[in-house]
Amino acid sequence: MTSTIVRPYGDTTGDGMVQLSFTLPVPHSKRAEGAAQQLANKMGMDPALVVHAKPMGPGFTFFVVYGRVNHLVDVDKVEVVERDYPLLTPKEVNAAIKRALRRRLVVIGACIGTDAHTVGIDAILNIKGFAGEKGLEYYREIKVVNLGAQVSVPQLVDRAVSERADAVLVSQVVTQRDAHLLNTREMAAAFSEAFPRERRPVLVVGGPRFDEAMAPDLGVDRIFGRGTTPGEVASYLVHRIGAAR
Amino acid sequence: MMLNDSMYGILFRDINPVRTFVDQRFSRQVHARAGIIINTGEDNYLTTADAVEAAHTVTTSQLLNEYFAKEAGLEDWQLGLGHAFEIDPAVPESFRLELAHALLARELFPKAPLKWMPPTRHMTGDVFRGYLLDGFFNLVGAMTGQGILLVGMMTEAVVTPWLSDRDLALQNVRYVLDAAGGLHEDFRPAPDGLVATRARQVLGETIDLLDRIADEGLLDAIADGTFGLMRRPADGGRGLDGVARKAPEYFNPATDLLEEGR
Repeated sequence: MTSTIVRPYGDTTGDGMVQLSFTLPVPHSKRAEGAAQQLANKMGMDPALVVHAKPMGPGFTFFVVYGRVNHLVDVDKVEVVERDYPLLTPKEVNAAIKRALRRRLVVIGACIGTDAHTVGIDAILNIKGFAGEKGLEYYREIKVVNLGAQVSVPQLVDRAVSERADAVLVSQVVTQRDAHLLNTREMAAAFSEAFPRERRPVLVVGGPRFDEAMAPDLGVDRIFGRGTTPGEVASYLVHRIGAAR
Repeated sequence: MMLNDSMYGILFRDINPVRTFVDQRFSRQVHARAGIIINTGEDNYLTTADAVEAAHTVTTSQLLNEYFAKEAGLEDWQLGLGHAFEIDPAVPESFRLELAHALLARELFPKAPLKWMPPTRHMTGDVFRGYLLDGFFNLVGAMTGQGILLVGMMTEAVVTPWLSDRDLALQNVRYVLDAAGGLHEDFRPAPDGLVATRARQVLGETIDLLDRIADEGLLDAIADGTFGLMRRPADGGRGLDGVARKAPEYFNPATDLLEEGR
C-alpha cells in the first residue's frame, strides 16, 4: 500500500531536502550569510546550508540554500480544479456542435491590454496547435476569429457582438503589476454590461500565471493554466453549450 | 538605438500596411539624420511562425528592411537587423540550425551590427534548463559576432526578471563572451556540412520568396500571411482613414528637408 503522505525527495526516500534561492538587500558578509540561514530556518528548513552567497552590487547578496524540511503533505487532501467534462476528439466536438447548434460555433480570441504575447492564444487557435493537437481553426464546426495582440476591451466586445460570438478566449501572459488580473476583471465587467446574463458569450481566459480556481472571483467562466491543449478548450466549450441548451 | 521596422506595425499591431510604409519611411529618415541605430523586428516572426519552417521569411524581411533603410538614407552601421534563437530545442541538431541561421545573417550583412534575440517560446518555467538554453544562445552570438546581443532571462515566462535573474543572466553572457568571445575567428563551417548546407537552403528559399514577392507585389504577399503567418490586407488595419493619395500640390517641408540633408 502506498502512503498518500509525502515529503520532498532529494537523494533518498524521506530525506525532505529542498533548495531555495533568494536575495537579501544587504552587502555580503558573514553576518549576511547568517541572516540567510536564519531566514531559511524560519521557513522550516532545518538544517539549512547556505551553499552559495554572491554580492550583487554594493547593497545586495544572492543566496542558494539547501536544507531539510519536516513538513508533510497528504496528497489525497489536496484540492485542485479537476477537469469536470469529458475530453472529446475533434470529430466528436464537431458532431456535438452540429447537434446542439445546427450552425458553427463562433469563437473570438485575443490578447487584451498591452500584452503582445500571442503564443498562448495561437497555440489554442492556430491550425498548427500545441502539444501535437491541432488548434480550434482545424475544427470544421468552429469559426475562429483571432484578433491577435493588444486588442482593447471595447474592440473585443464590439467584435463579439458583430460576430455573434458563442465564446471569447483571452490570453494573458504579462503579469507585471497584476495586469493579467486587472485586464481580466475589466473584460468580464464589460461583457456583463454589454450582454444580458443568458446571452453573454462563454468567457475563458488562459495564461501561465493564473490560478485556475479564481474564475468566479475574476468574473469569467473558466481559467486555463499552463500546458492546456486545444482539445481541452474545445471539449470545455462543447460541454458549456450543451449544458446551456 | 531605437526600434524601427518597415513591416512590424502591419504584422503585429494591425496598422494599415500603406500607412505603415509611409510613416516608417519618415521615421527612418529621422533616424538617418540623427545617426541612431535601428533595431528591426524579424525576431517576432518566430514567436508566431515556426523557427525552422519560417527561417527564410526572416532573411527575406532582413533584405527588405535593409533595402528600405538604405533608401531612407541609413548606413550599414545603423542596421540592427533582427533575428532570434527560437528553434524548439527538441528538434534534432537545433543548435547547428540556429548557428546556420545566425551565420547566414552575419555573412549577408557583414557591416551591420545585427540584433540577436534570446529564446522566449521554448522557455518553459524550468529556470535551470532555460539558463542552459540562454548559454547556447550566447554561444551562437559569440561564434557569429552578433553586435547587439540581448540578454536572455532564465525566468522568461515566469516573472518579470528579479535582480538575481538579471545578475545571473549577465554572468552567463560574461562567461560565454570571456570564454569564447573570439571564437568567430576560428570557426569556419565545413563547406558541405550541415551548417553551410542549411544556410544555403535558407538563402535559396529566400530568393524564391523574393521572386514571388516581385511577381505579386509586397502588399499582396503581406496580405497572404507570408510574414509571421499574419494576414494583413492593404485595405485593412488601423489608421486606414488617415491614408490619402498625394495631391499635386502636396507639400511637406519636413520630408523635403530630410531628403536634402542626405
